Amino acid sequence: MKRQIPMLILSAVGTLLVVSVFIPSARHWQEDASLYFDIIAVFAFFLGGGNLIRVHTEKVNRKSTGWIYSVVTLLGFGIMLVTGLFKIGNPNGIAGDLSQTGSYFQLLFQYVMSPLNSTMYALLAFYVASASYRAFRAKNTEATILLVAAFVILLGRTALGVLLTNWIPAQLSVLQIPNLAIWIMNAPNLAGQRAIMIGISLGVISMSLRLLLGIERSYLGGDN
Amino acid sequence: MGLIISAVVIGGGLLWILYLSIKGQDVDRRIVYLFVGATVALAIIFRLEFGEVATPIVKSVFDKIENLPAGSKIVLSYDFDPAMAPEVNPMANAFIRHILEKKHRLFFMSLWATGQSLLSVSLNDVLKPEFPDAKYGVDYCNLGYKAGNEGVLNVVITNFRKMFPSDANGNSLDSLPMFKDVESLKDMDLLISVGGGKPGVKEWVLFAGDPGKIATAGGSAAVSTPLLYPYWPRQLIGLLGGTKGAAEYEAELIKTHPRFKDKGMPALRMMGPQTMAHVVIIAFIVIGNVAYFRSRRKGKQS
Repeated sequence: MKRQIPMLILSAVGTLLVVSVFIPSARHWQEDASLYFDIIAVFAFFLGGGNLIRVHTEKVNRKSTGWIYSVVTLLGFGIMLVTGLFKIGNPNGIAGDLSQTGSYFQLLFQYVMSPLNSTMYALLAFYVASASYRAFRAKNTEATILLVAAFVILLGRTALGVLLTNWIPAQLSVLQIPNLAIWIMNAPNLAGQRAIMIGISLGVISMSLRLLLGIERSYLGGDN
Repeated sequence: MGLIISAVVIGGGLLWILYLSIKGQDVDRRIVYLFVGATVALAIIFRLEFGEVATPIVKSVFDKIENLPAGSKIVLSYDFDPAMAPEVNPMANAFIRHILEKKHRLFFMSLWATGQSLLSVSLNDVLKPEFPDAKYGVDYCNLGYKAGNEGVLNVVITNFRKMFPSDANGNSLDSLPMFKDVESLKDMDLLISVGGGKPGVKEWVLFAGDPGKIATAGGSAAVSTPLLYPYWPRQLIGLLGGTKGAAEYEAELIKTHPRFKDKGMPALRMMGPQTMAHVVIIAFIVIGNVAYFRSRRKGKQS
C-alpha cells in the first residue's frame, strides 16, 4: 500500500495533465497543478533546511573531518534565516521587500554572499588555463578537430580575432576568425545541440510513459 | 604603453614556459595560476580596452527594443545568482538603460531566489540614479521572486494575478497603473530572461515565448550559450552570450545613445582582461602541444 498510493497519485495526475494539453477547456488544470506545485515547493524548503541542519549538526557532534566548516554553514544558515524571516533592519518593516536597501539580509547578500560566490566561479579561469596546458592535446583526429574549433571560438570571442584577420578581403570574409566562430556556433554546434535535444526529448517521453504506467519505480526508493 | 608592457611581460613569460616545455621540464600548475593571475591583473591595471561591434544575434535584440513604440511592455527576468552576476549583470543593466531610455514599461521579476536581491542592487545602482523621473508602478515595477520554476511561467502565461497577487513590496497588482491593461504574459511586447541555468532562457522559450507567441530574447552566461543556439532566430529573436555579448550590447547602446558613454560600461571594461586571458590560454594550448609532439618524436627516435 505504501508504494501503490504514490504510484496511483503519479499516474492519475500525470494522465490528467497530459490530457489537459489536448483539451482547451481543461487548460486550467495545468495552471492549478502549477499552483499546487508552488505550495508543495514551500514544504520542500522546510525539508531542505531541516535536512541541512540535521546533517551538519551530526557532523559537529561527532567532530567528523572538517566539522568546523559545518559550524560555519550552520552559522551562515541561521544568520541569513533570522535576518530574512524577521526582515531585520528593513525600512518598511515586516511587510516590505526582503531585499530593500538597509535590510541586514540585503547587506549580507551583497557584501558577503555575492563576493564569495563570484570568487568561487572566477577560480575556474585558473583551472581552465592549467587544464588547457596539460590535457588539451592533438592526440588523434577528433581531438585535433576539437582543438581547432576551440582555437577559433577563443579567438573569435575577443577583439584579437578581428585584429588578426581583418586584412582578409570582403569577398572572403567568411574566413575571418569572428565569422568562422559564428559559423561554428550556427552550423556544427547547432546540429549537435539539436541532435542531443531530440535524443533527450525521446528519452523524457519514454521515461514519462514508464512512470505513468508504473513500470519505473526507482523514485519510490528501495530496490524496485 | 600599457599594452606594450603587458605584451612584453606576458610574452616573455610564455617564451620561458615554452623553453622549459621543449626541454622536457614539467611546468608546475602554480606557475600557470600565477601567469593567469598576472595577465588579468595587468589588463585591469593598464585598463586595456578593445572596440566591440554588435554581431547579428546581439543586434537583433537591440533593434527590437529600439524600434518598439514608446510605452511598450517588456518583462525583464533576473534568473541568475551571484556566481554568474559578473558575466550577466552588465547585460541586465544595459537592458534597463535601453528600455527606460526608450520610454517602455518595464516589469521586473525573478525565477531564482537570488535574483530578487541582485535586482535590488540594479534598481539602486542604475535605475534610480540614472532615471530619477521613472515612477514606480507607472514606468517600472518589481514583482520579485516566485518559487515554482517553469510552473510560474505556466500560470502567468494566462494569468499574472493568480501567481503574483502582489508585487515585491506587497502592493496589489491592481493598484499599479501599469498593470491596468495587463492580464497575462500574452499582453507583453517582449520577454527578456537574463541567466545561465535552469530555469532560464530555455524555460522562457518553452513555457512562455513559444506557446504564447511572444517575442523572446535572452542573455546568458557564456558556458550555457551554445545550448540556446537551436532556438535562434525563430523562438529567440536574439541572444547575448557571456561578457562578449554584453560588451557588444553596451557598444551599440553607447553608439546609439551617447549619454551612456560616461556610465562606465562594465562589460566593455571586462573584455580587456578576458581577451588577454584567452590569449594566454591559447598560448598554453600551443605550448602544451609543442611539448607533446616533441616528446612523442623523441620517444619514436629512441
